[in-house]
Amino acid sequence: MARTAALGAPAERREGLEKVTGTARYAAEHPLPGRVHARAVPACVARGRITGMDTGPARAVPGVLTVLTHENAPRLAEPEDATLALLQDSEVPHRGWCVALVVAETPEAARAAAAAVRITYDTADHDVVLTPGHPSTHEPEEANGGQPTRCRRGDPESAFAAAPVRVDVTYRTPPLHNHPMEPHASTAHWDRGRLTVHTSSQGTGDVRRVLAGLFALPVDRITVRAEHVGGGFGSKGSPRPDVVLAAMAARYTGRPVTLAYPRRHLPTVVGHRAPTLSRLRLGATADGRLTALLHDVTTHTSPVRSFVEVAGTTSGVMYATPNLSFVHHVVPLDVPSPSWMRAPGEATGMYALESAMDELAGELGMDPVELRIRNEPDREPAGGLPFSSRHLVECLREGARRFGWPRGARRAEGPLLIGTGVAAATYPVMVSPCTATAEARPDGTYLIRVNASDIGTGARTVLAQIAADALGTPLDRVRTEIGDSDLPEAPVAGGSSGTASWGWAVHEACARLLDRLAGHTGPLPERGIGVRADTSGRADAGSTHARHAFGAHFAEVAVDTVTGEVRVRRLLGVYAAGHILNSRTARSQFVGGMTMGLGMALTEGSTVDAAFGDFAEADLASYHIPVHADVPDIEAHWIDEDDPYLNPMGSKGIGEIGVVGTPAAIGNAVHHATGARLRTLPLTPDRVLTALTER
Amino acid sequence: MRSFDYVRARTPEEAVEAFAARPGARYLAGGTNLVDLMKLGVERPTALIDVSRLPLDRLEKLPDGGLRVGATVRNSDLAAHPLVRDRYPVLSQALLAGASGQLRNVATTGGNLLQRTRCGYFQDPGKPCNKREPGSGCGALKGVHRDHAVLGHSPHCVATHPSDMAVALTALDARVELYGPEGARTVDLTDFHRLPENHPERDTELRPGELITGVLLPAALAGAPSAYRKARDRASYAFALASAAVVLRVADGMVTQVGLAFGGLAHRPWRARVAEAAVLGEAATPAVFAGAVDLELAAARPLPDNAYKVPLARNLALDVLTRLAPAPASL
Repeated sequence: MARTAALGAPAERREGLEKVTGTARYAAEHPLPGRVHARAVPACVARGRITGMDTGPARAVPGVLTVLTHENAPRLAEPEDATLALLQDSEVPHRGWCVALVVAETPEAARAAAAAVRITYDTADHDVVLTPGHPSTHEPEEANGGQPTRCRRGDPESAFAAAPVRVDVTYRTPPLHNHPMEPHASTAHWDRGRLTVHTSSQGTGDVRRVLAGLFALPVDRITVRAEHVGGGFGSKGSPRPDVVLAAMAARYTGRPVTLAYPRRHLPTVVGHRAPTLSRLRLGATADGRLTALLHDVTTHTSPVRSFVEVAGTTSGVMYATPNLSFVHHVVPLDVPSPSWMRAPGEATGMYALESAMDELAGELGMDPVELRIRNEPDREPAGGLPFSSRHLVECLREGARRFGWPRGARRAEGPLLIGTGVAAATYPVMVSPCTATAEARPDGTYLIRVNASDIGTGARTVLAQIAADALGTPLDRVRTEIGDSDLPEAPVAGGSSGTASWGWAVHEACARLLDRLAGHTGPLPERGIGVRADTSGRADAGSTHARHAFGAHFAEVAVDTVTGEVRVRRLLGVYAAGHILNSRTARSQFVGGMTMGLGMALTEGSTVDAAFGDFAEADLASYHIPVHADVPDIEAHWIDEDDPYLNPMGSKGIGEIGVVGTPAAIGNAVHHATGARLRTLPLTPDRVLTALTER
Repeated sequence: MRSFDYVRARTPEEAVEAFAARPGARYLAGGTNLVDLMKLGVERPTALIDVSRLPLDRLEKLPDGGLRVGATVRNSDLAAHPLVRDRYPVLSQALLAGASGQLRNVATTGGNLLQRTRCGYFQDPGKPCNKREPGSGCGALKGVHRDHAVLGHSPHCVATHPSDMAVALTALDARVELYGPEGARTVDLTDFHRLPENHPERDTELRPGELITGVLLPAALAGAPSAYRKARDRASYAFALASAAVVLRVADGMVTQVGLAFGGLAHRPWRARVAEAAVLGEAATPAVFAGAVDLELAAARPLPDNAYKVPLARNLALDVLTRLAPAPASL
């Protein structure tokens, strides 16, 4: 298809100046007249029932308007997502669950009053630790997003038992927290039966729909805006308690209310990446052809809302094998509810699979790049469909060339052991129906309207590029309006599907507009000419092809034998993700994903506190996201694919794949450096030093 | 809102007086820890006596060749000072291994010594902690304690002292200058921080109303070879899993002077007196060092999830000791 210079160009973020100069306004930064502040009171027991509430001391704090509890809070309709049934009953399903809400004139007064609420509980025993063989383990009916929990091809157990070369290993990943830079926050305001909300969300359409249900309002009486969002990583992909509590408090007090969660509340409130136990059994012939691949996943969920991390599914995408099985099990525990975190399932599952593949390469005495190339399938192993495009082998070869592979032997620099590792990555292509309008104005500009969400990805910018390309006009003639539920309906920024879904509708609206303009003579009317597009029925149609992005990750690490500290020296990723629409923001997404993967490999880990029921790491001093000093030379490259089975832009999602292969590449590099195979993330000094000692 | 008085003191005398006049007051310097604890509800002062502008922001060379560091000298300035870098490199290295650039720009010498443990149970008023609320129990003992103490802990508290700077100062035989209602006094830093025993709520030997006015670095160790090494979960902005500060002088292959302190292992910077005694006057060899450090760490009583700290501390100490010892003269 014909393309202008706009698509693929490294266009700068349109809101960049506003963001770096501090004028971009986030959800808590809407100081409406009379605005007050809400503060949630988290439960201080791991499970139980509230038996008494004394809000007197809290209400006596100067500046406090009210304290909402299950006894006086407005009744909500029953939500689909039970984590939003807030202040509706006396049950405490997990520590940190919201048991009261203070509303006060200032955030300081709200904080002081929240600490003054006195609550008594009837506590019950709790069980929060995921263990292999836990008695509550069961196979759920469906996993995240309605995906199947199991897949079976051939006779995997027998094939594994008969395989000449076998690997049977279990990998563990801990709970992880999304911790976006902007904590979850909402400002809500009721005016004559209309609700207006500014919230930090990946999709305001869903927020509006959920609020309409909870407050029994028609959606046209609710407006939800998210002009700027300081990251989400999945944790803002559905409405979280902040928006419900703010709306509830605003209705109760008749004042605009802001609720901005403090960092310490986030781990128990907004979802987390669930811990996983992945047992991988790989059987192969002596020349390295897989004959069996079995991936058994066990993860946890909460009793409030079931969420099953789909860590096994990607094992049905990667490698040719006649005998394949993946199955998910889940253990309901008295933990805060897990949810999406960037590459949910893919990141945890591919860590296990790609580490096991490295172990298999070791058993075979084969180069790990070569092992992957040897098992390249011609159809998707799980579903049997041909791939719409698949350039994993090209990614591996290009990565190997750029990184310097085949690698040499491990080497030592004094007390440092230096090693390198490789892992593959994949992420599914997802796309949802979307609507958009395109308008030509008499002044020669165009206005694109679509309720997309820019969560820091550059969506606002790339949608303008898509429009400019489709219209054949310079980029600066295109204006975009996004982040407002009053705009044409659009799906959430999630599943790496935002750009594909929104862009498809934008592209189509622009194409229709060109048609309309071609039939128009004379100057444009004052109000311009506009058209609407809706991709329903096409964007969500099934495909004749298996559609996935692929990538290859290479890592070089230095392991300090004195301390057990692992530091990454180089990370390199090569991706095949369709057509890249903005080389600047795409690189940023890939590098950001790889940085998050580095954190998952080495520094990030949350500890379930068996005694108290919550997570031990509640702030960014103890939950160790990587800092600049941890993030070395990271390179992201890509192979441009021409794939006609995707969308009019030919793009695949790029927001998550960077996380997927990085942890295994780093873990495999640690093994190469030390000879020690660690199977539990993160690879912190205590674990590495212990492994070095036991080596 | 929880209100409190704010008083800006101009002299130590004024500060001590203001403090005495307001029960429940706290001294405020850089505020990098105290203000956080106030937000968490762990500290609830009735008044803040701001001592950050006291005329204690100087480094002075003492007539005997030692160094006096004023209590309000910022961590960044102390780390970068040429006299510190030249004569007491372990101190500069320890400071730079701590916190972040932004925090070091604000944090003071006195405040660094008085920072509280970062134990998660201490920081969460919803959980038991004998240090925060005597008699409520130790949450870490039965909870998550990978980062906690292996030496000198008690059934009442397993917290560690978080400072890097204090570990270097301990190895350097520093003394702390105090000023309070009963006048001025000086105590050895090694005796300044306490072990938890039955009173984990007391971090130090500071008397009520006493203020740190300065830190004295002894002439005897000026220019001695010294170094600091810290192990941590990420490359910056993380507390020590364990650390070692070493000052070592060797003459003719024999140890003539030694200071060894560990961080991240105990409720206070751990002065390794046993190991020091075992190497002083002995040959500066890896075997002697290893024997001495093992003797020191024989006292360790790891908790179920922090046994790794013992070999880690051993490795750190041996690495630094060996690095500082001159290679044996070739024959």
